[in-house]
Amino acid sequence: MIRLENVHKAFASGHAALAGVDLEVARGEVFGIIGRSGAGKSTLVRLLNGLERPSTGSVAIDGTDVASLSGEGLRTLRRRVGMIFQNFGLLSSRTVFDNVALPLRIAGADKARIAERVPELLARVGLADHGAKYPAQLSGGQKQRVGIARALATGPDILLCDEATSALDPETTRSILALIADLNRELGLTIVLITHEMEVVRQVCDRVAVLHAGRVVETGSVAQVFLDPKAAETRAMLDEGGDHGPIAFDGPIVRLTLRGDAILQPVLTRIARETGTDFAILDGRIGRFKDASFGQLTLGLAGGDTAAALAALRQHGEVSE
Amino acid sequence: MSGWFANVDWSEIGQACLDTLAMLGGSLLLTILLGLPLGVLLFLTSPGQVWQNRAVSGVLALAVNLLRSVPFIILLIVMIPLTVLLVGTSLGVAGAIPPLVVGAAPFFARLVETALREVDRNTIEAVQAMGATTRDLVFRALLPEALPGIIAAATVTAIALVSFTAMAGAVGAGGLGDLAIRFGYQRFQTDVMLVTVVLLLVLVQFLQMAGDRLVRHFTRR
Repeated sequence: MIRLENVHKAFASGHAALAGVDLEVARGEVFGIIGRSGAGKSTLVRLLNGLERPSTGSVAIDGTDVASLSGEGLRTLRRRVGMIFQNFGLLSSRTVFDNVALPLRIAGADKARIAERVPELLARVGLADHGAKYPAQLSGGQKQRVGIARALATGPDILLCDEATSALDPETTRSILALIADLNRELGLTIVLITHEMEVVRQVCDRVAVLHAGRVVETGSVAQVFLDPKAAETRAMLDEGGDHGPIAFDGPIVRLTLRGDAILQPVLTRIARETGTDFAILDGRIGRFKDASFGQLTLGLAGGDTAAALAALRQHGEVSE
Repeated sequence: MSGWFANVDWSEIGQACLDTLAMLGGSLLLTILLGLPLGVLLFLTSPGQVWQNRAVSGVLALAVNLLRSVPFIILLIVMIPLTVLLVGTSLGVAGAIPPLVVGAAPFFARLVETALREVDRNTIEAVQAMGATTRDLVFRALLPEALPGIIAAATVTAIALVSFTAMAGAVGAGGLGDLAIRFGYQRFQTDVMLVTVVLLLVLVQFLQMAGDRLVRHFTRR
């Protein structure tokens, strides 16, 4: 649905924000783009609705080259592509109702249509009673909900999220991400979400691209990138705050990755009983992706029949040494 | 009472008040009508904005800076031929208005530009991302969002215009400033000076209060 080919973007200052990006986003998926600040994420997402134009390369949505559009063509495309922002981007001088009505007014909708559509949108984001308030009277999470209602007003099929939860606390972030996931499921919206937080990607994305210094260094399913990162930049990002360094353990060390229902099985103790091998848990994480559980443990094997223990581990999950 | 204000001709003071108010009202209205679009243009053509254009923005900035760097008293004199061409005279209320507007409009335009810069970047992007035309962006987002700042700018400009009208009095425009110079200063009639200065103070105070109140009324932050 969205396809970027060899996209470069240099600013007038000479700074190259993007240096050859290829990317493909399928219809109906939640696609995450993760990277540190300055990696070019903001520029990348703005190419998708023509807020920025590529220096070279092509950006196509359903086969239409976004960069070639201007005037009415560009405005029509923008009505299909909603966008929400880190700082919400609400008009402080307008009520919540008028903020949500603005895209409809710009699109030339009549009063009756607006009176019908805006309450629908506000109810959809859980703000049915807040239409008469001004943005300054709302919490951050509520402001982002208004932003989402406004982005949905013209019935887009793509939603762009520019660090949409970065200004919110963890609990509010979860509720906004849950809303985004609902919209993806119920409306079939294709969502492109940029963030610097791995947590955000883990909770809602189907696939993810890791952006570093204007290049995509790794792309894949969230589970794949999260559990088995290939690029050094990805590993560095995952290890943030938890780099344990080399582990000194006298014996074979393996990494066991369990997915889905496998994490519910009492794997280790059973294998220990059967093979006589004891396990030391040297590192580990257990959690959930958008729609699957996972567990990943670094194990030290001691004593017993370690070859049989390894074979048994392989039956339950992926093992790497 | 008459002993204290022996030199004060109250009917002349009344006429001077009306002249000052007429100059202020007329020039403020025209300053806003000219300065507001100029300020919007300065903003839109600046780097990173929708009509960014180095040449246009450079020429506008130069023109604005040129007019702002000419001392108003010089502008009054230099403008005389143009003023006569525009309104038929360089004297009286009508003769004062063209130089007042030319002096104040660039100043107001700069303040408008500054007020527009205060509008949140994400807000502008959000409105563009909705498929807004530049016209929509200006009238539905930029001007409403910057309205408190623009009102504050108009207040500062109005007060600057009050002191400009007093200066215009020196070259035959009439009004309170004219009285202050001719009677208060040149004839040492301190009472006339005092009355005109107090009246000007009342005017400035009123403008500031009215402006502040409007700003508060339109601020939703």
